[in-house]
Amino acid sequence: MLLISQTALELGFLYALVAMALFLSYRILDIADLTTDGCFVLGAAVSVTAAVAGHPVAALLCAMAAGACAGFVTAFLQTRLGVPSILAGIVTNTGLYTINLMAMGWSSNKSLLGKATIFTMLKDTGFGGDWYELILAAGVTVTAGALLYWFLGTRLGLSIRATGDNRDMVRASSVNTTFTITLGLCIANALTALSGAMVGQYQKTVDINSGTGIVVIGLACLIIGETVLGRRSVLKGIIAVVVGSVIYRFIYAIVFYTKIVPVDFLKLITALVVAAAIAAPTVKKHLAFQRQKAAGRREEATGDA
Amino acid sequence: MLDVINVSKTFNPGTVNESRALTGVSLHLDPGDFVSVIGSNGAGKSTLFNLIGGTYFADGGKILLDGEDITYRPEHKRSKYIGRMFQDPLKGTAPHLSIEENLALAFLRASEHMSPFSRVTKKERESFRERLAELGLGLEDRMKAPVGLLSGGQRQALTLLMATVVTPKLLMLDEHTAALDPATAEKVLDLTRQIVAEQKITCLMVTHNIASALSLGSRTVMMNAGQIVLSLEEKEREGMSVTDLMELFKQKTARSFDNDRMLL
Repeated sequence: MLLISQTALELGFLYALVAMALFLSYRILDIADLTTDGCFVLGAAVSVTAAVAGHPVAALLCAMAAGACAGFVTAFLQTRLGVPSILAGIVTNTGLYTINLMAMGWSSNKSLLGKATIFTMLKDTGFGGDWYELILAAGVTVTAGALLYWFLGTRLGLSIRATGDNRDMVRASSVNTTFTITLGLCIANALTALSGAMVGQYQKTVDINSGTGIVVIGLACLIIGETVLGRRSVLKGIIAVVVGSVIYRFIYAIVFYTKIVPVDFLKLITALVVAAAIAAPTVKKHLAFQRQKAAGRREEATGDA
Repeated sequence: MLDVINVSKTFNPGTVNESRALTGVSLHLDPGDFVSVIGSNGAGKSTLFNLIGGTYFADGGKILLDGEDITYRPEHKRSKYIGRMFQDPLKGTAPHLSIEENLALAFLRASEHMSPFSRVTKKERESFRERLAELGLGLEDRMKAPVGLLSGGQRQALTLLMATVVTPKLLMLDEHTAALDPATAEKVLDLTRQIVAEQKITCLMVTHNIASALSLGSRTVMMNAGQIVLSLEEKEREGMSVTDLMELFKQKTARSFDNDRMLL
């Protein structure tokens, strides 16, 4: 049981970076960035390939740079070439499939077995005992979250936040929205790629399909976290995605070990949860309206009698 | 100061929806001028504003600000020197950011020499508080509140402050009180008058309220069908009543008002 919780916590922290990226692109910039799936694999592929070559630490930085490039392409398509934002993400995502294969040396998977990773490096120092994986995963995620929080409080971060809030007003305040959108998407995709890079080294393998559905899972984590903690401030939002991601991985672990539902159903359930959560405000409004209508009719009926 | 020289703009050229919004408009503003622009709907007032503000670009002609050609300069670069306010109070502020953060954004216009990674300083926060207090709306005690919670009038007053917190070379007001109730509109107009006078801002204002067009500022310009049909200097305006001006408008355009908003 302890081992299961430990694994769930580790995965929770590792995948929280994807949810953090979506917090930036979806919540703050108000752009549904579908580059995420391909970008996650890109990060993993670059990271594993670089680690095989013997550079596990530099691998993370390379992966982030690659992710930022992917984000730049998506941003370029939508800000400069007028491609609708959702389509821009899908186009980049499709192109990334080939890039990812290339990054893995034209193979659909790549293994890191027997090679040094950032995790084995920490293990060799003896720091943290059995908890070294969790310490590293949490350390990277918390650092990324703290940096993101700091950044969003600066003048530049403020302009990015306002861009998602009121684009006209931001332009009228002499901020170039093309630049802020581009920068925002680059940072978001660097975070996604960092998540892929960490997961790749953690699992010591990368598969070309390992990113499928990551964007929906990330959104699920975002929504779970916001449901638990509420969505008020930036700080709360960043903490919420981490909490949401950990909760999601615990649910995943419970399903996986108890087999309440077959594990193959998990993606369908995740999709339903996300759809339901995003639809909730509209459904609530509709129900309230129906109730109001029914109450109005009843009043009329009693008035007549 | 501001020179608009023979500017024209046609929307959807070459299609059945072609509309010639501006045809050869020229306008000159001296430093410190406060010009009110009137004219019925579709006269081209907003088009003129959007061309000066950079929302879209002129088909022909030139726009100079302080002698510098800004005709094709992108909007975000012009807004360093041009403050703008719109009719819709929602347009000028970011609802999920706090009052303080909105003001900090407006302050970006003066921040060319500041690091993009710097934060709002204590000193700036103090000056924001002072400026907010001058509005007399009690906003100085709600600096951390999201702007989305404010009323339309409060948001418009905040937008006015944001447009002038860094003194702009030119302030453009596009019916900025039209969406407010009469009392609030009067309050925002008073604030406008006060701030423009204090900072000696050159100002261009569109209004449908002929009375305030005559009482505010130094000159009144009248537009119709994409052209400036009448320009009244300060002296000519003196002693002119709303009825006189409307009579003049009818003469100039040879048509009567098709919109009773003009009568208010």
